Amino acid sequence: MTAFGKLIRTTAFRLTLVYLFLFALFAASLLGYFAWNTRRLINEQITATVNAETAEITDIYNRRGLRGLVFTLGNRALRPGANLYLVTTPTGTAIGGNVGSLAPGVMASIGWSETAYRRLDEQDTADHRALVRVTELTNGFRLLVGRDLEERRRLFGIVAHAAQWSLLVVIVLGIGGGIFVARRVLQRIDAMTGTTRRIMAGDLSGRLPVGRSGDELDRLAENLNVMLERIEALMMGLKEVSDNIAHDLKTPLTRLRNRAEEALASSGSEAEYRAALERTIEESDGLIRTFNALLMIARAESGQARGNMDDFDAADVAKGIHELYEPLAEDDGMTLRVKTAPTRLHGNRELISQALANLVENAIKYGKPSSVVQPLDPAAAARTREILIEARREGDRVLLSVTDHGPGIPEGDRKHAVERFVRLEASRTLPGSGLGLSLANAVATLHGGELRLGDSDPGLTATLVIPALSAAGDRLAAQTPDVPQKVA
Amino acid sequence: MRLLIIEDDRESADYLVKAFREVGHVADLASDGEEGLSMADGGDYDVLVVDRMLPKRDGLSVIGALREKGNRTPVLILSALGQVDDRIKGLRAGGDDYLPKPYSFAELQARVEVLSRRNVGPAEETTYRVGDLELDRLSHRVVRGREELTLQPREFRLLEYLMKHAGQVVTRTMLLENVWDYHFDPQTNVIDVHISRLRSKIDKGFDRPLLHTIRGAGYMIRDGLR
Repeated sequence: MTAFGKLIRTTAFRLTLVYLFLFALFAASLLGYFAWNTRRLINEQITATVNAETAEITDIYNRRGLRGLVFTLGNRALRPGANLYLVTTPTGTAIGGNVGSLAPGVMASIGWSETAYRRLDEQDTADHRALVRVTELTNGFRLLVGRDLEERRRLFGIVAHAAQWSLLVVIVLGIGGGIFVARRVLQRIDAMTGTTRRIMAGDLSGRLPVGRSGDELDRLAENLNVMLERIEALMMGLKEVSDNIAHDLKTPLTRLRNRAEEALASSGSEAEYRAALERTIEESDGLIRTFNALLMIARAESGQARGNMDDFDAADVAKGIHELYEPLAEDDGMTLRVKTAPTRLHGNRELISQALANLVENAIKYGKPSSVVQPLDPAAAARTREILIEARREGDRVLLSVTDHGPGIPEGDRKHAVERFVRLEASRTLPGSGLGLSLANAVATLHGGELRLGDSDPGLTATLVIPALSAAGDRLAAQTPDVPQKVA
Repeated sequence: MRLLIIEDDRESADYLVKAFREVGHVADLASDGEEGLSMADGGDYDVLVVDRMLPKRDGLSVIGALREKGNRTPVLILSALGQVDDRIKGLRAGGDDYLPKPYSFAELQARVEVLSRRNVGPAEETTYRVGDLELDRLSHRVVRGREELTLQPREFRLLEYLMKHAGQVVTRTMLLENVWDYHFDPQTNVIDVHISRLRSKIDKGFDRPLLHTIRGAGYMIRDGLR
């Protein structure tokens, strides 16, 4: 498509053409109205003058006879800008007035008519036009009084001229303006298109140019930029996840392979082979667990697990998890306590239990007080080895929280800790997949809530915040929650 | 025990048949849904092991057709779809147990053996006995020898499940599913801790241990000398 072709196809240009047509129509009708009215006014004026003069002259004729009439006409004809006068005998011979020639048959009909004429004293051969009135005097004489229409013609000439010019000006300005506006819009759209092409080609860092006028195109560009920002963040997240998956799955796979290779290469005893195979199975079980957790997170994040939701009491979940993990915590030298208030919610009980279990496992694993800051007072020391599971209601939300008194997570790391496979420095040496908090977060998100990581001074409070079930209306809302987008 | 394995992947099917024969069971193989349905319908099997995704007829529809014909043979569903809702779908279709792939053979064997017992076992007894250990399901009393043991409610249910399947291996996952009703996989040895607590109550101070750890599989309660 040529540049011009592109230009005339723009919306701005097409709109200009429509406006142009409308304005031309408007101007034409305005001028037309003006011309018509003027013509009417001039005609009225002529008619009035001619009627008055006809009456006057008829009166003179009646009073002073033919002589007086011819004399008066002679006088009047000499005035500058005089009207047309003609008196004829019953046979049609002109006996007075200033008209040299007339269109044939004008004197024959009584009344108004428009005719070409020539004055007696005129030298040029051009015909003029006039509006004339013929009246019958007594004895068969006829009188013609008329007025030249030159004035009217000139006026129409002016109007026609004005119409031509104004039309020209409207068209030139309209098309010029249209091209100007269209080009401006086109340039901006072209800039946007260029950026979009670059982005489509893979450069996600590109942003649309935003002008300063704040018009609709700027607003559009701003919104598109926000969208691009979000897409870029998501893509980055995805890339990070796949990098992490690659790393976190490849490492155990490599270990697995190395072990098998090593066992194959060495000529060990049966017991050694057995041990190597057992370690292999252990390692692959770990991999399977990681896979399962990843799938679970993916399902929770995509909202597929929204089936299988029912109403239950969060307090029961908290008590159940407490009951399951209490001996484990005790073996680890910690105390697991539970504090609940009845709080009903609608959700996937299995997933919420698992999320809470993950938080408790984390607390048992990482929530041991750092040995440096052990209080001397035995009661206080016992308190720092305590993990509290709590289920309560706060407004229209259910809070399921696990609080420990370990080192906690520094504020700056908290957002990061929720991401898949992220294992903070402090926990790298301990076994784990780095998916526990991710899953808890995905489950909370699935239920329209969030995972909050807070400070229990010292220690970590991890809280699943989930919309509560209060009435039937709530239940409906909970069935189709607006899953807030996870902020990357 | 006679088993029918309906599985289309040749390698894993052969592995299963071989492994079950090695532990002393009779295992037949069907490699698609239609064949599986006709074999299951005709043969007198104790347990069916059915893959969910099969050629010609999918696993759930095989189970549905069998149940419609009044065939009550216990079915264990094997599936690569391991999620909670898939499991529920499988059980609703008439399956008795559900095991996600990849599984360990020990887990599969334990589950299949428990299922086969379910089919032929006696009606629910009110008292379970293993050696000199006795559990009364109605009065919730547990007695070892002449000594009455005090168990927490959950310990009681754990022991009850173990004794119900006395002489059979029960895996950690089976315990978590049946005693706690959780279907997720804890990253920690949380079940082992419960078992060791129970063990300290029922075996401590007695010369014949009843609760045994089966390496690589799970736990079993039985009279130690057998």
